[in-house]
Amino acid sequence: MKYLDEYRDRGKAEACARLIAGATTQPWAIMEVCGGQTHSIVRYGLDEMLPAGITLLHGPGCPVCVTPIELVDKALFIAARPEVIFCSFGDMLRVPGTAGDLFSIKAKGGDVRVVYSPLDALRLARDNPRRQVVFFAVGFETTAPANAMAVFQARAQKIDNFSVLVSHVLVPPALEALLTAPDNRTQAFLAAGHVCTVMGFEEYVPLARKYRVPIVVTGFEPLDILQGILMAVRQLEAGRAEVENQYARSVQRAGNRPAKDLLARVFRVVPRKWRGVGEIPKSGFGLAEEFAAFDAEARFGVAAYRAEEDSQCISGQVLRGVKKPHECPAFASRCTPERPLGATMVSSEGACAAYYAYRRRATTKEG
Amino acid sequence: MADTPNFAAGCPVPFANHDHVTLAHGGGGRMMHRLLQAVVLPAFGNQPLPTRHDGAVLAVKQRRLAFTTDSYVVHPLFFPGGDIGTLAVAGTVNDLAMCGARPLALSAAFILEEGLPMATLERVVASMARTAQDAGVDIVTGDTKVVDRGKGDGLFINTAGVGVLEHDLAIAPSSVRPGDAILLSGDVGRHGVAVMAVREGLKFDSPIETDCAPLCAPVLALFAAGIEVHCLRDLTRGGLATGLVEIAESSRLHLAIDEAAIRVEEGVAGACEILGLDPLYLANEGRFVAFLPAAQAERALAVLRHHPTSGHAARIGSVADAPPALVTLQSRIGTKRILDMLSGEQLPRIC
Repeated sequence: MKYLDEYRDRGKAEACARLIAGATTQPWAIMEVCGGQTHSIVRYGLDEMLPAGITLLHGPGCPVCVTPIELVDKALFIAARPEVIFCSFGDMLRVPGTAGDLFSIKAKGGDVRVVYSPLDALRLARDNPRRQVVFFAVGFETTAPANAMAVFQARAQKIDNFSVLVSHVLVPPALEALLTAPDNRTQAFLAAGHVCTVMGFEEYVPLARKYRVPIVVTGFEPLDILQGILMAVRQLEAGRAEVENQYARSVQRAGNRPAKDLLARVFRVVPRKWRGVGEIPKSGFGLAEEFAAFDAEARFGVAAYRAEEDSQCISGQVLRGVKKPHECPAFASRCTPERPLGATMVSSEGACAAYYAYRRRATTKEG
Repeated sequence: MADTPNFAAGCPVPFANHDHVTLAHGGGGRMMHRLLQAVVLPAFGNQPLPTRHDGAVLAVKQRRLAFTTDSYVVHPLFFPGGDIGTLAVAGTVNDLAMCGARPLALSAAFILEEGLPMATLERVVASMARTAQDAGVDIVTGDTKVVDRGKGDGLFINTAGVGVLEHDLAIAPSSVRPGDAILLSGDVGRHGVAVMAVREGLKFDSPIETDCAPLCAPVLALFAAGIEVHCLRDLTRGGLATGLVEIAESSRLHLAIDEAAIRVEEGVAGACEILGLDPLYLANEGRFVAFLPAAQAERALAVLRHHPTSGHAARIGSVADAPPALVTLQSRIGTKRILDMLSGEQLPRIC
């Protein structure tokens, strides 16, 4: 398939790995920010192609994984209500809240539906005027424009039985939080290509300069990631700390202007809790005043609810790149994709789930 | 009565914490396997079931019969290239074929929801008749029940089938040997995408049709050609990956698979890229894997390619003895990884 096969070419991947080995004179720790990149790395075994000195740290960029447990609980509470049709992207259905997941709400009679676009949820609201249709608006900057468009359209079309449970998070504040943490090991970032397709990469320039950290906007195919690593290693070896764009076939410096304009209108920047990390100031989107009527938290009276995560789960350390999934005592024993303790074991983009699927040794006992 | 112990209460083994059946229990992955192991198999603890094969083989005097049953609850009832009727016949015929049997006769039981349009039923029954004819099998007995409106999803079908084994081979995971070749009968993932496209209202430039088809002809041709088949498995829910993992775990052998040899049609590959799905886990209804001696692989491929349902058969890997009970996949770029079952259902990713 065009734009895919050429980025999965064995000869080119091996040649790129040789260039990385040739460019590396000392150990470096590079973090891929996005869960989609983590998935590719583990699925294709890209880390095995790298010289021993290069360590890949798996970053916080899996939207399922960083959604805090209290928001999942709010989703469960809303989804259980008889008047509600609760719409979500598929992989949020298995994320454990304090008591169960959306799948168990569905099994008990809740009307929970998987949609592929928030506009599908909006159509459901139009077609079911007597029901309350709630969309679980989860994700980074990548999914935010479509979610913003759904809210914008709902207001324009006066679809009042539609609302969104917003849990949008932003990449740059998370990177800054990682860089200022005392246990930070990251020396360079592969920034998330699709986030930057929307937002561009100008906001990363001050980060690279302030923290002396190379940032390479990188795609998701094996060759993209290897090339991103090569660009990061060359910067590190040369003592440069710049923002470079490996994913130029999708990303422009200024991003997608109409999408950014819509985001600025529908959302405002708010503090957000990150699962396993805690609250980060200015790290997410909430609905702007103008669109507050579509806020599901207010509509269903759950805004004040608070909950804390399972203390056994080290997903916070995994999400910050401090620990690898298999270093967790619960990995593949008490914590499996069937019974996840934390969200990093849930989504296929989550580092723990990726390790479980592709790295678990045959000797691991099934529960 | 109060102090009489109630032996009839509840299920024999507590099944984790699920007090309700969830959709993930039907997804063909680990959760479904646990459900079978914890709840269903212990309740019917007679001999043929625990082999976890597609059907049971029963010895009747000198002949060996294969016997199987399956229920069909697909939604939507109609999808590109087939419907619940084609599935209900082909699925059960294929389970018999995977036992190495020639299908003899099927039963068909219908659970109809009050209000189901009769034209729908007629269309489904016509598909069943056509598919049975293609497979060379008769539907000889049946049953029909109607449930109240709202108590069913339009139409459910159960079919059971009996077939006869006309050879002396033991077709089973336990017959797989180190050194065996692993053949795949065609491209994968079409049924899963075809159904999902209708269910979710996804539009493609050229609609992807299900691969649903009876597989008895190519399988019986292998026996007729004298191929010493060790094991067969049709790739239904859970897809190729799950079928391979089941056989690796049952046989305690190592299956080494070459990803580049697995054929995925462009439309299926594109749908998977868009939705974040892996074609190796998508359902098929007309594909199987065959394990047989490597020395016979080329001849077996020639036999399979002679049949339209297995025209794109290819060798996708080999069996080794270690590491045991594991499937490894050599990726397109040459690296290796474990291929595992899914946990529950395959869920489309957020982004």
